[in-house]
Amino acid sequence: MEAPVIERPQQADQQLGVVDCDVHPAFSTPTELANYLPARWKAHVRDYAARSGNPLLGTLPYPRISPGNGMRRDSWPPNGGPPASDLDFLREQLLEECNIEFGILQPLAAGSMAFNQELGAALCTAINDWQIDKWAEPEPRLRASICIPQEDVKASIAEIESRIGDNRFVQIAMPPRTLEPAGRKRYWPIYEVAQHYDLPIGLHTGAFGYRPNTPAGWSSFYIEEHFAASNSLQTVMASMIMEGAFEAFPKLKIVLVEGGFSWVPSLGWRMDREWKRMRDEVPHVKRLPSEYMRENFWYTTQPIEEPEHNRHLYDILRWIGADRLMFSTDYPHWDFDDPRYAFKVPLEPAEKSAIFRDNAISLFKLS
Amino acid sequence: MSAQTNPAGRGRQKGRHVVARVDEIADGASKLVHVEGRAIALFNVKGEFFAIANRCPHEGADLCKGKIVALIESDEPGVVRLSRHGELVRCPWHGWEFDIRTGKSWCDPTRTRVKSYDVAVESGARLVEGPYEAEVYKVAVEDRYVVIEV
Repeated sequence: MEAPVIERPQQADQQLGVVDCDVHPAFSTPTELANYLPARWKAHVRDYAARSGNPLLGTLPYPRISPGNGMRRDSWPPNGGPPASDLDFLREQLLEECNIEFGILQPLAAGSMAFNQELGAALCTAINDWQIDKWAEPEPRLRASICIPQEDVKASIAEIESRIGDNRFVQIAMPPRTLEPAGRKRYWPIYEVAQHYDLPIGLHTGAFGYRPNTPAGWSSFYIEEHFAASNSLQTVMASMIMEGAFEAFPKLKIVLVEGGFSWVPSLGWRMDREWKRMRDEVPHVKRLPSEYMRENFWYTTQPIEEPEHNRHLYDILRWIGADRLMFSTDYPHWDFDDPRYAFKVPLEPAEKSAIFRDNAISLFKLS
Repeated sequence: MSAQTNPAGRGRQKGRHVVARVDEIADGASKLVHVEGRAIALFNVKGEFFAIANRCPHEGADLCKGKIVALIESDEPGVVRLSRHGELVRCPWHGWEFDIRTGKSWCDPTRTRVKSYDVAVESGARLVEGPYEAEVYKVAVEDRYVVIEV
C-alpha cells in the first residue's frame, strides 16, 4: 500500500448514491430462521439440527476476529443483537453513513449447504421469506437474493419460479464450492431458468462449502482461507466457460462476489493461450475464453485490491473494463470497504459512476 | 479549558486543551475527544496517557474503537514472543496495528501512520492557576486531568 490515503478526494459520488452489491443480513437470535420453517422442518431442526459443511452449528471452519467471527468491531447495534441484525442500525451505519441507494442482500445461511437436501430446500425458502419480511419489505433500499439448494435442481427451479414477479428479488444466489464444478451439466437447468427470467446469478465466496477451501485440502490458517476465496471463483469461471455453458446460455449473467478481481486479466490471458493451442479438445467453446469473460461476468470490488503502487489499479481496471466491476462493502464484516475511501486512485467520473452505481443499477434493473 | 502557549517560540501557536479527567479512562481503555475540529483517540496505557489521530489512514475507521493488543513476534517457527502489552491498537475494521505511543503502523511505519499528540497529566490546582481558561471542563482543584497539546 502506498502513502496514507485518507486525505485524497472522496471516490463515491455523494450526490448520486452508491449501490452496495454485498450486504450480509443476520439473524437476531440463533432460532430466528426456524420461525420461517414449516412445522415438519422446525421439529427436524430442533431434534437433528441443520447439519452442513460447517463442523458445528454456529461456527465456521476458520473462526476469526472474535468475538463475532469476523465482524467490524464497531458494528454491534446499540439496542443489542449481533451485527447487521437490527434494521435501524443497519440503516444508520451503512445506508445513511455510506450513502447507499440500493443494497443487495447476500444471506450466508446454510440452506444451500445442508447435507439433508430436502431440509436445505426448506431452509432456502425460509431465508428468502425472511429477507423480504425482515429487510426488503420494511426497507425498499434493500433488495433480496433468491437462495437456492443448487444440488437439487428441481427444488432450485421451483424456488426461483415461486419468486418470479416479486421484483424485490434481483438475483439468484448460489455458493461457488458446489459438489461438482459449476459448469457441469447438472446445474444447467438452473442456468436455463436464470437466462429465461434474465436474473443474474451471484456466486458469493463461501467460508464453507461441500469442498475444502483449497484443491489440496483445508489450509492451516484463516489468513490463507481469506484469499483462497479467489481460487473457488476462478474454478467457477473456468468451468462454466470450458463446459460451454455460455454457448448454451449466451445471455446468462454471472456475478462473482468477494473473490477479488486482479486475477481476472491473467486468467483470461492463460485461458486464451491454451484455447489457441487446444481448442479442438473443447470444440463447443467457439470463442476466445476472454470474450465470455467480457460478456457474461461481473465482479464485486470488496475486498479492494491494494497493489504495491496504487496507480497499477488503473491497469487492472483497463484490462477488465469499468463496465464489469460493481462496488460492494461486505457490511458488517471486518474487511468492509468504505465507498468514500476504498479506491486508492482517483477515477474518471464515468468510471466512477459505472463502478459505484450504474453497472449494478442496470444489471439488477434497480429502480 | 485551553491556553495558548508556545514554548519553542516559533511556528503555529499550540494550544493546551484539557480533554478528560484522569479517572474517566481506565487502564487499557480509550476515549474519543474533539480538539479544534480534530477527532483524537486518547488511550490509557498502564497509567500513562497517549493521544493519536482517531481516523485510520487506510479506510477511515475510528481507532478509538479498536482493540488494544500486545506485540506478537516470532524469531523462528514455533517460538512466539509477546511484548509491549496494551501498547498497540488494532483498527476495528481491517486490523492495522498502530503503536499507541507513536502513531506508526507496525507493517508500514513510515507511510501508514497517524499523528501523535503530546499529552500531559496536570493537577486541577495547577490548571486553576492558569494560564488556562476553562472551556468544556469545570476543573476541580483536587482532581487530575489529561491535557493534549494541539
